[in-house]
Amino acid sequence: MEITLTELEKKTRALRLNIIKMIGVGQKGHLGGSCSLAEIVAVLYFYKMKHDPKNPHWEDRDRFLLSKGHAALVQYAALAEAGYFSKAELERVKCLGAMLQGHPDMLTTPGIEANTGSLGQGLSLACGIAAGLRLDGRKNKVYCIVGDGEIAEGQIWEAAMTASYYKLDNLTAILDKNGLQATGAITERYNTNPLVEKWKAFGWHVAEMDGHNLKEIVETLDQVDKITGKPKMIIARTVKGKGIPFAENVVAFHNGELTQEQFKKACADLA
Amino acid sequence: MKMQNPRQVYGETLLELGRKNKNIVVLEADLSKSTMTCLFEKEFPERFFEMGIGEANMTSFAGGLSLTGKIAFTNSFAVFASGRAYDQIRQGISIPKLNVKIIGSSAGLSDFGDGATHQSVEDAAIMRAIPNMTVLVPADGIETRKMTRKIAEYQGPVYMRINRHDLPDLFPEDQEYEIGKSYLIRDGKDVVVFANGIMVSKAVQTAEKLIGEGISVRVVNVSSLKPTNEDDIKKYASGVKGIVTAEEHSLIGGLASVITYILRGSGLPIITIGIEDDFGQSAHNYDELLNDYKLTEDNITVSVKKLVS
Repeated sequence: MEITLTELEKKTRALRLNIIKMIGVGQKGHLGGSCSLAEIVAVLYFYKMKHDPKNPHWEDRDRFLLSKGHAALVQYAALAEAGYFSKAELERVKCLGAMLQGHPDMLTTPGIEANTGSLGQGLSLACGIAAGLRLDGRKNKVYCIVGDGEIAEGQIWEAAMTASYYKLDNLTAILDKNGLQATGAITERYNTNPLVEKWKAFGWHVAEMDGHNLKEIVETLDQVDKITGKPKMIIARTVKGKGIPFAENVVAFHNGELTQEQFKKACADLA
Repeated sequence: MKMQNPRQVYGETLLELGRKNKNIVVLEADLSKSTMTCLFEKEFPERFFEMGIGEANMTSFAGGLSLTGKIAFTNSFAVFASGRAYDQIRQGISIPKLNVKIIGSSAGLSDFGDGATHQSVEDAAIMRAIPNMTVLVPADGIETRKMTRKIAEYQGPVYMRINRHDLPDLFPEDQEYEIGKSYLIRDGKDVVVFANGIMVSKAVQTAEKLIGEGISVRVVNVSSLKPTNEDDIKKYASGVKGIVTAEEHSLIGGLASVITYILRGSGLPIITIGIEDDFGQSAHNYDELLNDYKLTEDNITVSVKKLVS
């Protein structure tokens, strides 16, 4: 392992701090679902994936799609941290004409592989990429993050069938099981559970992990590499708003505003 | 006049393209024997993706394939290719201008027996409304072949709606096809009929009959509903007493909208022939339906005569 867990932990804190800074004070931002992914995204970008920030279209890169595109802030933080673009761009997120749009846009942002955010579509796009790479005999991997609210979209299950039918073993999906959708708890609003049984029934290899334990994320991602002949689903138990104590498991921070006081507190905690 | 089936021609052209270019990939939603992608499947099974009866996933999956450099053709009946996958086309494909070709087969009323659920009256309208989208309607087998070759070269999303039935050859074999252009099929001086799809051949037949009555009709094939070269339309509309538009599509958002918009302010009288804000329905044959919806030579004749009287 080229990067230590301590270094990954630092990266994770940097991602969260930049998420908070991007949201700022008095503007809405998808804090909860971005922070629940900080460790997973840090491990993917700084440990697991083959990629080159200086050459975003490098043919041998692994691909990352954020199907739950509203969590774009965590990906923007990772791309800036990795050096795809200047961190100064983070200050302009969602400004008129800015590189960083409210949802990922491959035309404006280096390192974004596909336009996602209309929920349920990213996994199908990822399947198509995986099939295309395989047609070309390439060994690159495709990673796709979906949300536990998002999987209410029927297209997710169309893609789930496709991935196993076509035995797309170069595809690893990660399900951000943070337990909250925009209007409340998954179990109370629209229960998408049970997850393991569903994905197994659709022909996927299913693993589970603590989505905030860096060591476990590293090990799980490495383990699923050994599985061949079927797509891999990693169900990540996460906490929405993780790392920002006042926002953890609070529905209002799905897409909420920070007060000046909250902003200062979050920054101080993460500094 | 030689008749050809546009979907047969499309299937053969796709196969020809597949032989020349290994990046051509074809996706299907369980209608390959209707859309004629079965020809491609037989020769290139590894580049043919049966996606089951799931147009939304098929369309996004095609977007993914295009992100690895493939030229992806999705296939279904027009009503499903455009309607069931509208959001996938809009969000994942058109916003980032992915190289996906959406082929709407059995378009218009041409799937006569299956009725309103399977007949597309508004597909061109909803596709035209999407930014970055190109919308094409070939008039015959020759144009279908030329168009299919051209859209494979063109970089970006395209929607092409093709008819299920045999159509007479009209498009000159030696005429190069370009996206955006309109084509003069038959010259005349009294009235111009702007038509596309099956209505081009009906306009030509009308024009031939009206010669005997001393009426000279110009027929222009507006196969490119978006983009549409405005100068072409203005040029072909010049010097006539009036204009007829004829399409096998709703009058909302299709050819009538294109022509009346381009010729706004021209002062020329325009009569629009098309489906009047209505769904299709079942019939025992195609002509029965076309007659019921007044997509006929008779209707073009009456319209032309009104404009010259």
